[in-house]
Amino acid sequence: MSVLVVVECDGGEVKKSSLEVASYGSQVAQMLGTTATAVAVGEATEANLAKLGEQGISKVLYDAEPRLKDFVNGAYTKLIAAAAQKEESKVIVLANSNIGASVGSRLSMRLQASLATNVVELPKTDGGSFVVKRGAFSGKAFADVKLDGERKIIAVKKNSIEALHEAGKTAQVESFSAQLSDADFADAPKQVIMQDQAGGILLPEADKVVSGGRGMKGPENWHLIEELAKALGAATACSKPVSDVDWRPHHEHVGQTGITVSPNLYIACGISGAIQHLAGVNSSKVIVVINKDPEAPFFKAADYGIVGDVFDVLPKLTQAVKELN
Amino acid sequence: MKFLVCISNVPDTTTKITFTPDNKEFNKAGVQFVINPWDEYALTRAIELKEAQGGGTVTVLNVGEADTEPNIRKALAIGADDAIRVNAHPKDAFFVAQQIASIAKDGGYDAILMGKESIDYNGFQVHGMVGELLGIPTVAPAMKLDMSGNTATLEREIEGGKEIVEVNTPFVASCQQPMCEPRIPNMRGIMTARTKPLKVVEPTADAARTEVAEYALPPKKQGVKLIPAESAGELIKLLRNEAKVI
Ligand SMILES: Cc1cc2nc3c(=O)[nH]c(=O)nc-3n(C[C@H](O)[C@H](O)[C@H](O)COP(=O)(O)OP(=O)(O)OC[C@H]3O[C@@H](n4cnc5c(N)ncnc54)[C@H](O)[C@@H]3O)c2cc1C
Repeated sequence: MSVLVVVECDGGEVKKSSLEVASYGSQVAQMLGTTATAVAVGEATEANLAKLGEQGISKVLYDAEPRLKDFVNGAYTKLIAAAAQKEESKVIVLANSNIGASVGSRLSMRLQASLATNVVELPKTDGGSFVVKRGAFSGKAFADVKLDGERKIIAVKKNSIEALHEAGKTAQVESFSAQLSDADFADAPKQVIMQDQAGGILLPEADKVVSGGRGMKGPENWHLIEELAKALGAATACSKPVSDVDWRPHHEHVGQTGITVSPNLYIACGISGAIQHLAGVNSSKVIVVINKDPEAPFFKAADYGIVGDVFDVLPKLTQAVKELN
Repeated sequence: MKFLVCISNVPDTTTKITFTPDNKEFNKAGVQFVINPWDEYALTRAIELKEAQGGGTVTVLNVGEADTEPNIRKALAIGADDAIRVNAHPKDAFFVAQQIASIAKDGGYDAILMGKESIDYNGFQVHGMVGELLGIPTVAPAMKLDMSGNTATLEREIEGGKEIVEVNTPFVASCQQPMCEPRIPNMRGIMTARTKPLKVVEPTADAARTEVAEYALPPKKQGVKLIPAESAGELIKLLRNEAKVI
């Protein structure tokens, strides 16, 4: 009766958000007096999967079928359902990622489970039911959701749970086959196109983000954002008008109609802080705003601020980070 | 091509969020409700595809009580042909998905389109539940959708990139930008919307699986700590020593 954790892997590595999910799952297992088993999806190495022991996972099921390297909704759903059946899991934990939410919603129907997405805290147990806190109203509120029924699926929001690190502990990696057929791959991608990531850091996974708005004046000035991001080990992002006029690619646009991020640090440069922008970033732990207009609404949502010109302030920040390192 | 487009009725983006005194319900008083912004991508794209093919229908579906009808009419004004309202309070994603699936089951729709998630509940769940109930593929979230014969080609966003996915009809897609430029109603649309059919049906009797025990607002920010621009470097020290984020 273990808790089942879905870990997403990419290029052999376990994604950072999945390390958080594994930590979440093993803590839930502890609460329930049981163990946590992971099922791996994507391209993984056995060595990296074994390291999930550090996050409290005791066993990892891995199906080495090569077509599972890329996300396939039908096949992933079947694989995870089979793992849940093998482990007799009543609780499944996955990432609130595009993969996790896609599979989680199908699984909830297949396994007759109650589902909560966007979850930001460990559950409180109340008899057989769980109460979990989730983000709602585009980051403007939280909802405590009661999950009833025998089976529960929880999708954990990125950067909301600290990953455990118990150095030296290893998980046992077991090969596992869900007996997938060609039909399970009917929605397999014809092509997968990865974007160029500034400094190799994925925006949705990043724990630091440096973001620029219309106040940056033009794409020729973006090196100022990139230099600070590189010094900090941060991903870069932008406001919607910036991607609308193609100064930056769409996949960097954060906000209500773009990507939602919840990093530990969000630095907004020359962004006014319109409500639609805030909707995508307001659950960041620490928000820094640099804007020459002291009345910019973003200052109300900020923890730290500098009233000043980005062209003057950004090089100073980059310099200060370099000195610190 | 027959499209079923699911829309939800949500508080306008700029709404200040408050709750009833017991924190159990969203406080609707004085709030303007709109078509969920993500659903507008689904609606507009369905209309564009219908127009490009020179035939077919776009049916709008909403699970909601009578107060959602102004936004259903708005969807008709934007260009949908007819509408169905399942007369029920949308209790949770599971409940809504069951209603959608029960309408879709015998409707002969080629594509069931909806927004990625609703901006109030932010579930990002309904698409997969509907797909599973109907036993058809789901593509979520989709940034691009083209159709040719009974094959749909979609671009699906994945973390750090995209997948090009081909599925046969029928399928479910949850849509997001940059799929299209959402349309707004014009005068002629508003006039004709009044006479387009809007059918009201009662829900199937199924229950919900989750319940909101309580809503809460995030803790108030302490207020911004301002650092003079001349000594901008100080900020970095504060981020390390005080906020401990670098
Ligand atoms: C339905 C809908 C959805 C939307 N979705 C999104 C979304 O997802 N994401 C999003 O970002 N927006 C979204 N928007 C747009 C949003 O309302 C704002 O228009 C947008 O966020 C503004 O971007 P900005 O702050 O970069 O530009 P502006 O509003 O033009 O602000 C630029 C800021 O830069 C400052 N500035 C200028 N020069 C300098 C300088 N030299 N140094 C320092 N500061 C300077 C100015 O004082 C100003 O505050 C949406 C709007 C709608 C209607």
